[in-house]
Amino acid sequence: MITVLHEQSEMACSTAHADGEQLWIGAGEFERATGWSLKPQGFCRGDICVPVPSGRAAEFVAGDAVDAAAFWRRMNNPVVHDSIGEVWVLGSSAADRSTSLQSLEAPDFTLPDLAGVERTLSEHRGKKVLLATWASW
Amino acid sequence: MWQSLFADLKDRNFVVVAVAMDGPEAARPWLETAKPTYPCLIDRNHHLADLYNMVNVPQAVWIDEKGRIVRPPESAGASDSFRGMNRVTKQMTSEQLAQRERTKTTYASAVRDWVMKGSASEFAFDAESARARLRLPDAEIAEAHAHFRLAQHLLRTGKSDEAVVHFAAASRLHPDSWTIWRQAAKKDATGLATGPEFWARVDALGDRPYYRPIDMKGM
Repeated sequence: MITVLHEQSEMACSTAHADGEQLWIGAGEFERATGWSLKPQGFCRGDICVPVPSGRAAEFVAGDAVDAAAFWRRMNNPVVHDSIGEVWVLGSSAADRSTSLQSLEAPDFTLPDLAGVERTLSEHRGKKVLLATWASW
Repeated sequence: MWQSLFADLKDRNFVVVAVAMDGPEAARPWLETAKPTYPCLIDRNHHLADLYNMVNVPQAVWIDEKGRIVRPPESAGASDSFRGMNRVTKQMTSEQLAQRERTKTTYASAVRDWVMKGSASEFAFDAESARARLRLPDAEIAEAHAHFRLAQHLLRTGKSDEAVVHFAAASRLHPDSWTIWRQAAKKDATGLATGPEFWARVDALGDRPYYRPIDMKGM
């Protein structure tokens, strides 16, 4: 069973199979894992659609399955996987992180407290926040 | 670390959100001892380091009531004074201790000034100044975070030999990141990554800072 890690989520993908640097996943699972859906106009997420390059559809789509790694790399996003192709990280690009930071809108996040309760940054909207990191090491 | 500041200022529409770049079991003893009354979150994947392009702890970001960045990530009052410590006795000279205290106090006072005065505080950056002080990631840093995420997962699923490979890749791609390196490094009995390898890596900085100097009057 292939595990796909994306942002903070971890998804077991029963429709996924890896072949070297290719990661074929059912389009539905790919959408659940990353938010990108396959539409006639290409790959879409929110307001953005990215057309499949003409003449090269076979690199990205096969029936109901998509090569998530090929699409991810085309978007200049990092892709890494373990040695047996069982765990894949679909990472975020420097461009995406930079654009977000340059907007000066503090990127929101959801993280658990010690009790396991998920908390967000945005729940503190309306207050000044000192977001401070620390570590035991 | 922020408890007294928070206790003083919490009625001023202010909150500290403390995030441990740690797994819950590493963070637990510290939190159970200190019992902070502000939200303390656990970021075992170092997601914040990826989102905000952070490289060390403690680092902090000032965020206003509208969720806008007022001061981009910077050392949260920590200085390089520790580098002069006696590595055998772990002692610092009174001058080193004074410098450490000065940096900490100046930073805390600046936070206090901002909480009291908002955007009128001399320590609050306007949009142009904040943007100019952002440090933005590059493709190698983005890839480093992906390797780190994989490494943490492999560690949790019992594949520590393979995790080591990806931790190493992450550090190679993002050599400025101490959060990546120290999370992966050997720890002593109290969980600290301050062994000989740490000191060697610090020494290798030469004149470069461990904590970039804080861009603030009084520092």
